[in-house]
Amino acid sequence: MITFIIRRILVMIPQLLLLSIIIFLLAKAMPGDAITGAFQGNPDADANHLEEIKEKMGLNDPWYQQYGRWLGNFVQGDMGMSYVHKQKVSSLLAGRLGNTLLLSIATMITIYLISIPLGIIAGRWHNSWADKLVVTYNYVALATPVFVFALIMLFIFGFSLGWFPITGSVDIRAENGSWEYYISKAKHLVLPTLSGAIIGTVGTIQYLRNDIIDTKLKDFVKTARAKGVPEGRVYTRHILRNSILPIAAFLGYEITLLITGSVFIESIYSYPGLGKLFIESISTRDFTVVSALVMISGAAVIVGTMLSDIILSIVDPRIRID
Amino acid sequence: MGNTVLEIENLRTSFSIGEKYYPAVDDVSLKVHENEVLAIVGESGCGKSALALSIIGLHEQRTTRLEGQVNFKGQNLLKLSRKRLNKIRGKEMGMIFQDPMTALNPLAAIGAQIEEPMKYHLKLSAADMKKRTLELLRRVGIKNENRIYSQYPHELSGGMRQRVVIAIALACDPVLLLADEPTTALDVTIQAQIMDLMKELQAQMKTGIILITHDLGVVAEMADKVAVMYAGQIVELAEVNELFNHPMHPYTRSLLNSIPSNMPNKDKLHVIQGIVPTLQKLERTGCRFAPRIPWIPASEHEENPIIHEVKPNHFVRCTCYKNFHFEEGELGEDDHVLT
Repeated sequence: MITFIIRRILVMIPQLLLLSIIIFLLAKAMPGDAITGAFQGNPDADANHLEEIKEKMGLNDPWYQQYGRWLGNFVQGDMGMSYVHKQKVSSLLAGRLGNTLLLSIATMITIYLISIPLGIIAGRWHNSWADKLVVTYNYVALATPVFVFALIMLFIFGFSLGWFPITGSVDIRAENGSWEYYISKAKHLVLPTLSGAIIGTVGTIQYLRNDIIDTKLKDFVKTARAKGVPEGRVYTRHILRNSILPIAAFLGYEITLLITGSVFIESIYSYPGLGKLFIESISTRDFTVVSALVMISGAAVIVGTMLSDIILSIVDPRIRID
Repeated sequence: MGNTVLEIENLRTSFSIGEKYYPAVDDVSLKVHENEVLAIVGESGCGKSALALSIIGLHEQRTTRLEGQVNFKGQNLLKLSRKRLNKIRGKEMGMIFQDPMTALNPLAAIGAQIEEPMKYHLKLSAADMKKRTLELLRRVGIKNENRIYSQYPHELSGGMRQRVVIAIALACDPVLLLADEPTTALDVTIQAQIMDLMKELQAQMKTGIILITHDLGVVAEMADKVAVMYAGQIVELAEVNELFNHPMHPYTRSLLNSIPSNMPNKDKLHVIQGIVPTLQKLERTGCRFAPRIPWIPASEHEENPIIHEVKPNHFVRCTCYKNFHFEEGELGEDDHVLT
């Protein structure tokens, strides 16, 4: 098991290297660079002067030199300076990465809390009214765009009822580390989390429901019943254990989807996370920030797949590699 | 012959298709005694498996209607709650399934799967359960039982898996064993091995066995008594020697005549005309086999065919057996002499 995990981690290294090269080249291929972004439309900017700055910042060097420099610094935790924010990228990311991770993990847990029970109910009693209700919810959720739903949630629970705060990630008056600070953070998390989770359950419910319907007709379930196993145990020990596999396989992707896909929610709730920063940085051509962000989400995908593999290898003996 | 283990009376199992219920098993009555092998033979779709699943209560409850009686240890199984039934299944009654490739949970170790029924029915410590499991594995002919114990189904071959399935069925020493075509999914050499194993186990135990098969060779080798089923009904029931030596019902005779043989007077294989009708199309009045022997006049059949005891312990349904003959041009019947 441990050798499998170590091997899986080693495989990640070339994947990440390749990813970094692609990202670097793609970022370079974008029209314009940090200088054009920073000085765009500024009548005082002198072309010669700009060229001088470019030279000084190494933006005229061949790509592999720039790449080598970037990667060397990157692995040491120095992701360069944001040209727009005039701040180190690492410190720019630090707080937001935490916020986004918090939001995505909260969203994911909520998704599982909603969809696993509903998927089980719908699958176990399929074609019942409960199943039809779950499937209806599923299709409505599938058809609802996240930005519309988030706005509705914001309007009802934030604006009209005023139950939860609607902007930011924490009350700025709360003292960092105090009890109020954590309460406030949790309160700020509620609406963004629910907005993402309530309509983000579709895949998990559908996978689980269909897999249960499939699995409960399998022969080994008959074997279990013929053994005299109580019906509840037939479900938990035999059917669910098999039906949870596709969800376990999907877990890693789900995490990365959430980390990279919270752009709308973060923008709507002005939640200071990576998604919001990403959109801003692209529009201001903040090259260093963009590459750092893409690199992080790419790494998240790779780590997520690895997580999926490891989880699967724990639950499914057939794919264990010794 | 020992005590009666199972007594089925007028069992009818109907499945709902669309709005209506169609019986797949109709008016089946039979008895199984201790230490007796009752073979149930018939074509695919004649209701053999439906019968076995009715006995052990494995049909989907919502879409199945069960009528009649299945008396086992003084209780009618059809009337038992799921909970009470679960006290019997796996303990007093074991089932061997057709396809060992799918009958085992792919995610659980072999040992755990054999121990599962013990966990619910026998009060044993973990160490005792393991001991019993290893013993069982040895009994079903698995030599490296310690290794197999912690292996998973995908690491075993089909024959090995079927041995494990048998071990599961035997885990709590059942008094009745249902074997639903235990060798059909295996290749021929493995079939012989599994049949040998079943015979060997049968000789050691007092268990009554219901062996469902369409392989008449297996029947001749293993069974004490044979029930021939056609379209959901038993058409003939007799001791194995009697049935092979003096088959009476046209269906039984046709089946036996369809076995390829090396008799010099036969160079063509006998084929029974037509097919088994589907549940919805099946005519439920008159002799159900009549459409497949159209040259026999209708007057030979009973209007409502019932089972007749034509000789002691030899039962035949309908009266069409009396003057039955094969169609013109058909060569003579083989003698299947079983001693």
